[in-house]
Amino acid sequence: MKIVKHRLFWPAAALVTLLIINTIANPNFARVTLQDGQLYGNPINILRESAPLMLVALGMTLVIATRGIDLSVGAIMAVSGAVALTILDASENPGGLGSVAVAVVVAVLVGLVLGVWNGFLVSVLGIQPIIATLVLMLAGRGVALLITGGFITTVNSAPYKFIATGYLVVLPVAFFIWVAAVVIVSVLERRTALGMLTEAVGINPEASRLAGVRSRGIIWTAYIASGVLAGIAGVIFASNTMAADANSAGYLIELYAILAVVLGGTSLMGGKFSIAGTVIGVMTVQALNSAILFLGVPPAQAPVFFAAVVIIVVLLQSPRVHSYGRSVGQLLGVGVKPTREDKKEVAA
Amino acid sequence: MPLSSPCQYGPVDAVKPIVELEGATVRFGAFTALDGVDFRMFPGEVHSLMGENGAGKSTLIKAITGALPLESGTLLIDGDPVTFPTPQAAQRAGISTVNQDVDLLANMSVAENIWLGREPRRFGLVDNRAMRHQAREVLNSLAVDIDPASILGGHSLAAQQLVAIARAISVDVKVLVLDEPTSSLDTDEVAELFRVIRDFKERGVAILFVSHFLDQVYEICDRVTVLRDGARVGEYLTTELLRIDLVQKMLGRDVAEFAARERVIEPDMPADPFLSARGITSTPGIADADVDIAAGEVLGLAGLLGSGRTELARALTGVDRPEDGILRIENREKRLNSPRQALSLGVVYSPENRRTEGLVPELSIQENIVLALQAQRGVMRRIPTARQRELVISWIDALGIRPADPDRKVRTLSGGNQQKVMLARLLALSPRLLVLDEPTRGIDVGAKVEIQNLVGDLADNGLAVVFISAELEEVLRVGDRVAVLRNGRVAETLPADSLNADILLALVAQPDLPEA
Repeated sequence: MKIVKHRLFWPAAALVTLLIINTIANPNFARVTLQDGQLYGNPINILRESAPLMLVALGMTLVIATRGIDLSVGAIMAVSGAVALTILDASENPGGLGSVAVAVVVAVLVGLVLGVWNGFLVSVLGIQPIIATLVLMLAGRGVALLITGGFITTVNSAPYKFIATGYLVVLPVAFFIWVAAVVIVSVLERRTALGMLTEAVGINPEASRLAGVRSRGIIWTAYIASGVLAGIAGVIFASNTMAADANSAGYLIELYAILAVVLGGTSLMGGKFSIAGTVIGVMTVQALNSAILFLGVPPAQAPVFFAAVVIIVVLLQSPRVHSYGRSVGQLLGVGVKPTREDKKEVAA
Repeated sequence: MPLSSPCQYGPVDAVKPIVELEGATVRFGAFTALDGVDFRMFPGEVHSLMGENGAGKSTLIKAITGALPLESGTLLIDGDPVTFPTPQAAQRAGISTVNQDVDLLANMSVAENIWLGREPRRFGLVDNRAMRHQAREVLNSLAVDIDPASILGGHSLAAQQLVAIARAISVDVKVLVLDEPTSSLDTDEVAELFRVIRDFKERGVAILFVSHFLDQVYEICDRVTVLRDGARVGEYLTTELLRIDLVQKMLGRDVAEFAARERVIEPDMPADPFLSARGITSTPGIADADVDIAAGEVLGLAGLLGSGRTELARALTGVDRPEDGILRIENREKRLNSPRQALSLGVVYSPENRRTEGLVPELSIQENIVLALQAQRGVMRRIPTARQRELVISWIDALGIRPADPDRKVRTLSGGNQQKVMLARLLALSPRLLVLDEPTRGIDVGAKVEIQNLVGDLADNGLAVVFISAELEEVLRVGDRVAVLRNGRVAETLPADSLNADILLALVAQPDLPEA
């Protein structure tokens, strides 16, 4: 019973169920093969392709914990990808490690600057997060187009391509990048006081102010982190396509990131957040996307299929549905007695 | 169920109450907001509901206007038992409410606000012309000159208040409930409102006028019901109830045991105060308040609701920035721009609304206790987990926080234990001045006495303490000196030993004399 109480139980259960159903529908779904010391297969693709969404959702988790939202992450991805490829394109030696390093660092710094801008609007000027980040969401792609001069810049650079498609040991580089990001963010949040203070500010801003918490800095940090992570995501995305497409890079990713955060059990009301939950949420979204491709759902029906599964997963996690489930169980004489804690959740 | 009232007389024997509440009980979880309350209103009468914060005034209003269901008890309208499932149902029965905060839409027109939700229609569409016309009629009946087509937000608060009343009376109104209608009005605007109220009274409308301004209650009300801690103290005619008696009934007396404290004999003003404030002004609330607090003493702040006691506490602790005045801490002039700055000077504040302004309910006891200390150390210098644990357990033991589980969410604790968590957070900072705003409100008697004793111990150990309470006896028991607040000013400061509850009551309730 205790495991059911854990707040990651339902998100994890939803993910596992999804994977099991996919595997039953087509056993090839779970097949992993080793070729030349590198792992291939659908599960590996999921790990590789989830990198941009994972990075963006990680930042989104921190922003949502402060009761905010960052709609600009997709646009930041477009800008950072455009910056990276434009630098490479202009460099004398696009295939050189030096130019790739410069391109990546500058692109990520641009993400940081855009995060600073968002955080400034929200924490210093007090603009509502949805509006503050909407500015960049709309303007950012324009900036990206400006950078690429309105063209889809394409570059040939083996080291740059390596970021999204290369392998380290037996697993994709992109996978190692997001794992590193998850570890770094987790350590920063839980080994410093940032996590607790972020939750306090997200749950009760006034009480936090009276307790002397510098909420401005904490909220600002969340948007900066989101900007940096979106910048890295943009670099990876551009590396995957090797083309800076201002319109399609990170298109709608902000919404998928919000979805992943919520699927991972972090409330949009702010406060308590779970990085592990977000990882599970991203995996769920990615597994679903992959299932759509793999199971051959016709493209025209894919959005509906996606939406239907999301609704089922969200319902599975809803405390209210759990309590209905329990009452039905009790009627059938198989249920467990609801605890006081659950009742409160339902009442709330 | 007969009214167990000390006052049984209606206006005339033949007049029957239009609203009657018998044995009304409302609970929120373990907290009883209304406890078997009887209440009645007569047509053509202005009735006032009096009580301190948390006495149950708002709950009673919600109970008769359909905003809250009764757990037990009966509501009778014109002698017939009724239940209002929604506020709309109450409104259809002729009961209209104007809430404390004008809950209208500032960006819509006056006419739209008056008819919102029940717009006159023509062919299924809103008939704007009829709406404006009817709005003008309603406003005219109030003798108010406001253009119905104008945007509400452009008007003064007083005018908006009148629009809210117009909205309330645009149905056939029998009972009009006005919850703190004058809190943001100036003298002329209040006079205008009273003219409207008297007009309704003549038309036989029963009016419930809730205000914490005693002068206004005595000016406009015929009858007053006093509530305290969710129970009815009694129903009285204003002409037969002395002001001081009313205040006494509102504040009540507490009989809990209290360990008598050895009092340090203090001069009226300490020679060497830790904190000294002069001419503190912060509108609304306090005007030109002076106060001194020395290390090792408890300064009790006594005053009615609206006297500025909370505002003074907030101005002294950096929570609100006063517009004017000088604050000296250990003889050095300081400007407190934020709570953070006050905390770094050892000035800490426990807010009146601990649930909304003090605690972070979804975090654990441990996180709540270390919050301020951690905020002071900064984000990067996290207090090591083991050290946090040790600290929190020592505070749980010292203050007797129950359950003694550091990981328990603060939301699930009782009021008394929540207050202790709040105190532990502040004491963990090793403060110099502790400002406690109503630390014992809404907590059980046992915890209350514990907190009172704790305050005494802290002062004995050299802490300066400001103790605010609506209960005068508590202020007298805990305080070494008592500052009496009236109309946002410290009217006088006296040694607690020279006072008793009756004298203090007289001081608190005294109408302020015009300036000499």
